[in-house]
Amino acid sequence: MIHVDIRSKSFGGRPVLGQVRFDIRPGETVALLGPSGIGKSTILRIVAGIDPDFDGTVDRPDNMAIVFQEPTLLPWRSTLKNLTLTNPGLSRNGARAALERVGLRGKERMFPGQLSLGQQRRLALARAFAGQPDLLIMDEPFVSLDAETAETMIGLTEALIAEHRPATLFVTHARSEAERLANRILQLRGDPATLSPHIV
Amino acid sequence: MMDKASAPLLSVAGLLAIWTLAATLAADPQILPSPLSLVEPFRRELMSGELLHHLGATLWRVAWSFLLAMTIGTALGLAMGRSERVNRWLDPWLVIFLNLPALVLIVLCYLWIGLTEAAAIAAVTLNKIPNVATVIREGARALDPNLDAMARIYRMNVWSRFLNVTLPQLAPYVTASARAGVAVIWKIVLVVEFLGRSSGIGFQIHLYFQLFDVGMVLVYALSFICVMLLVEWMVLQPWERRVRRWRTA
Repeated sequence: MIHVDIRSKSFGGRPVLGQVRFDIRPGETVALLGPSGIGKSTILRIVAGIDPDFDGTVDRPDNMAIVFQEPTLLPWRSTLKNLTLTNPGLSRNGARAALERVGLRGKERMFPGQLSLGQQRRLALARAFAGQPDLLIMDEPFVSLDAETAETMIGLTEALIAEHRPATLFVTHARSEAERLANRILQLRGDPATLSPHIV
Repeated sequence: MMDKASAPLLSVAGLLAIWTLAATLAADPQILPSPLSLVEPFRRELMSGELLHHLGATLWRVAWSFLLAMTIGTALGLAMGRSERVNRWLDPWLVIFLNLPALVLIVLCYLWIGLTEAAAIAAVTLNKIPNVATVIREGARALDPNLDAMARIYRMNVWSRFLNVTLPQLAPYVTASARAGVAVIWKIVLVVEFLGRSSGIGFQIHLYFQLFDVGMVLVYALSFICVMLLVEWMVLQPWERRVRRWRTA
């Protein structure tokens, strides 16, 4: 069980987040919905532990994975190494299987720069699921994709979540994405932003 | 394509031609011997083992100073680039050491530590560290925060993060300072040898300077330039190609 209890968060004295409190059960997918610039990514960074400077507490598992807006790969390492370096428990065969699962079979020795942007994003997805994370964090993973690629990515993400069932926190500004992927939608409103929960 | 390959050769040949012409005009081998007249003394020094002995001593000092300066300078630059606090405290030191003439550092090291190998290498290393730190600091400031966050969330250990995330991002800065470093270090090593060592190219140049033997000064200087060209072609350039492989693949 993941508990998030943020009482407040400010940048340079200006409060950006008010009371934000929610839980994620194992295997549950929660979408965090809100307009751009409201502080969704700030919440993600707090939940992920990248930003420790806030008032409140977060209980998170050790084994986490993240998918950013950008692929955020290691361009100087092969695609296979991109999986094994970030998931030390993963064998080379396990990594090959993970690549094959996202349609990157036979591309083990390529560098990320040799892949198309769509392939790079699929590699980032493979990396996220390869370690069987207890918590998966996704920061607008389908933004700035053309409609067709976005559809492929959403379908693949849906399937991978169903296979691995991590607790997932997923940030988006598109209600359609949230409704399709999430069991529960949290709506972020106001300034400083607070939660108004929705049950789908 | 022909032009690309032959241009450097023709250019060096041109330099030799000008030198020969100048030697003919000077008409005094005491002041400017012609390139051809250096071949015999070069062969003699090579056969007697003198040349290799002194080349080896200088190369050894260059290697040690280079290794130490790169390691310490990279560590300092990384710390200063990543932490504004560390930078505030160390930046004045950097400016002071950057502006301290090499000669002053060399003389002080010899006076304080003594005329030893350790003093020689310390003097060269201290001269080079601030330059390396300054360049690496720029690189550390340009590190991608998203990659850093990614590495932390995926719990890559400290060593793996350094090797696979930080160092590849710093590679262009490391190569730049290594390039500039090797060139500067060997020149400072020669001064250090000139002033207080009994072996090395700098020592030999000192000796033949006192004997007013321009030919032998040139033989030793040119030999070491050739060695450094070999280091550039056989070590630095292949290594650089290797770390840049992912960009061109």
